[in-house]
Amino acid sequence: MNAALIIDAAYFAAAFLFIYGLKRMSSPVTARSGIVVAGWGMVVAVLASFLYTLDVEEAAKPHLTTNIILAAVALTLGLGWAWWSGKKVAMTAMPQMVALYNGMGGGAAAAIAAIELFGHKTHGSVGLSLAVLGGLIGSVSLSGSLIAWAKLDGRINKTLRLSGLQAINGSLLVVLLGIGAYTVYLHGGVTMPVLGLFFALALVYGVMMTMPIGGADMPVVISLYNAFTGLAVGFEGYVLNNPALMIAGMVVGSAGTLLTLLMAKAMNRSVSNVLFSNFGATGDEEQGEIQGSMRPVDAGDAGINMRYASKVIIAPGYGLAVAQAQHKLYEFVKLLQDNDVDVKFAIHPVAGRMPGHMNVLLAEAGVPYDIIYDMEDINGEFKEADVAIVIGANDTVNPAARTNKSSPIYGMPILNVDQAKQVYVVKRGQGKGYSGVENELFFRDNTNMVYGDAQKVMVAMIQAVKSLDGGGH
Amino acid sequence: MEYATTVLTGFVALYIFMLAAFTGFEIIGRVPSILHTPLMSGSNFVHGIVVVGALWALLNASSTLQQAIGFFGVLLGAGNAAGGYVVTERMLEMFKPSDKKKG
Repeated sequence: MNAALIIDAAYFAAAFLFIYGLKRMSSPVTARSGIVVAGWGMVVAVLASFLYTLDVEEAAKPHLTTNIILAAVALTLGLGWAWWSGKKVAMTAMPQMVALYNGMGGGAAAAIAAIELFGHKTHGSVGLSLAVLGGLIGSVSLSGSLIAWAKLDGRINKTLRLSGLQAINGSLLVVLLGIGAYTVYLHGGVTMPVLGLFFALALVYGVMMTMPIGGADMPVVISLYNAFTGLAVGFEGYVLNNPALMIAGMVVGSAGTLLTLLMAKAMNRSVSNVLFSNFGATGDEEQGEIQGSMRPVDAGDAGINMRYASKVIIAPGYGLAVAQAQHKLYEFVKLLQDNDVDVKFAIHPVAGRMPGHMNVLLAEAGVPYDIIYDMEDINGEFKEADVAIVIGANDTVNPAARTNKSSPIYGMPILNVDQAKQVYVVKRGQGKGYSGVENELFFRDNTNMVYGDAQKVMVAMIQAVKSLDGGGH
Repeated sequence: MEYATTVLTGFVALYIFMLAAFTGFEIIGRVPSILHTPLMSGSNFVHGIVVVGALWALLNASSTLQQAIGFFGVLLGAGNAAGGYVVTERMLEMFKPSDKKKG
C-alpha cells in the first residue's frame, strides 16, 4: 500500500467528519452526536499522520528516532494534561478554559510557521506570505487568549488604560507587517534574530491588544481569537500542503467570525467597539434619584405564592451559578410543575459569562432545554405572567436601559420582568450590578426583594411548598 | 501504480479556501443562541487538527531549535484538540429535552 494515498484518504475523511459534525452541533437535538462525529475525524487524521515517519525529508533522517520520541512525549503530555484539566473544570469556568485551549492551537500554528521560516523550508511568495501571516495571527491568538484566560480567571484584575495605547498598537502592527513583507521580499532569507524579533513582537502585540478590554466584553474577544486561530491553521495548512488543515482551519475561521458578530450583536456591542473602546469609560454621570424603597419578603411566602400562580417566569443570572443554586432551583421548578404551574426560563443573551453559558449551567442541573427561552421569544409573555422571579441577575432586568438616556446601560435590550403582576428578586444584599448602575426595578410597587444566598432561598421555598402540600415530614 | 500526493497551490488552494469559508458561514448561520458557547468550543476543537501539521513539522525537524519548537507545537496542538473535545462533549452531554408531557 502507498502511505501517501492512505494519508490523503484519511484527511478527506477527517474533513468530511468535521463539517458533518459541526453541522450536527448546530441543533440541540443532534449536538451531542456532532462532537463525537468530529472527534472520530480527529482520531483518523492523527493516526494517519504517523505514516509521515515512513517518508521524511533527507535532512531530518538522522534525527528521525529522536523526533519520533519527542512527538510521542509531546502528544502524551498535551493530551493527558488537557483531558485531565477539561474533565475537572467547573461549568462556571468554561469560558476561560475555551480561551486557554484556543490559545494553545494558535501557538501550535505559530510553531509550524516558525519551523518553516527558521528552516527556510518554504519557497514562493504565496507560501511565504501565508506562513508569515499565519505565524503573526497564531502568535497574537496565543498571547491574547492567555490574557483573556487570566482576566476571566481573576488572575489579572487590572484593565490597562493608556491614552496613547491605540497609537502604540498601530505602530506595532505596522512594524510587524513590515518585517513580514521584508521576509517575503527576501524569499525567506532573513536572519534568525529578525525572525525571532518578529515572533516576540507578535506575542507582545497580542498582550497589548487584549489588556485594555474589560471582563464583560471578553467572550467576544475569545470568539474572535477562536476565528484567528482557525485562519492561522488554514494558512499553515497551505504552507504544509495539508488539505485537512486548510479546510478545517478556514471553516472555523469563517464560522468563528460569524459567531463573533452574532455574540456582539446579542450584547448590543459592535466588534470594533469592543476592541477599541472601553465599556463604562464615560465616567460617573448623574443617574438621578430613584423614588421609593425596597420591600423585603420572606422566601417561604414567595414560594407559596408561586405555588398558587398559574404562570411563573424565571430570569436567572450568573449569581445563580456562583451560589451553585441551579439544582435546588430545578427541584423547586419540578415542585411547581407538579402543581400545574406553567414555568418557563427566560435567558438574556449575556446571562452568564458568554452567550449560551447560562443554558449550559441550567443544563448541568438537568433543566430540559424546551422550557428555556431566548429573550426575543419570551419578552412578550411577561405581561401574562403572575410571577417573574429574578435570581442572581441585575443589569439584564434594569428598566433604566429602556428609559434613562444618561444610564451607561441605556439601549441594551433587557428582559421585561417588570411587566409581570408580581416580581421577586432573589439577591444577597442591596448592592449594584456589574455595571455599577442602581436598579429601579427593585423599588417598584410590584417588586419584592428576597434577601439571602440563592441556594438557601431555594431550599426555604421548597420546604414551604412541601409543608403546605404534604404536611411536612 | 505509484500514487502522488495532490499538490494544492494557486487556484486549487483558493477554491478550497473559498468553499470552506462559505461552508463555515452556512453551518453557523441559523444556530440558536443557546448553543453559542458549545459551538464556539466545538469549532475550537476542530482547529485542533493543527496538531497534525505540528507532527509533520516535528518529524521533519533537522536542528535542535526546530526540534524544540516542534515539540512545543505538538504539545500545544494536542492540548487544543483533547481539551476542546472534552469540554465540548461535557457541555453537550447535558442538553436534554423534557422526558414527560409533549404528547
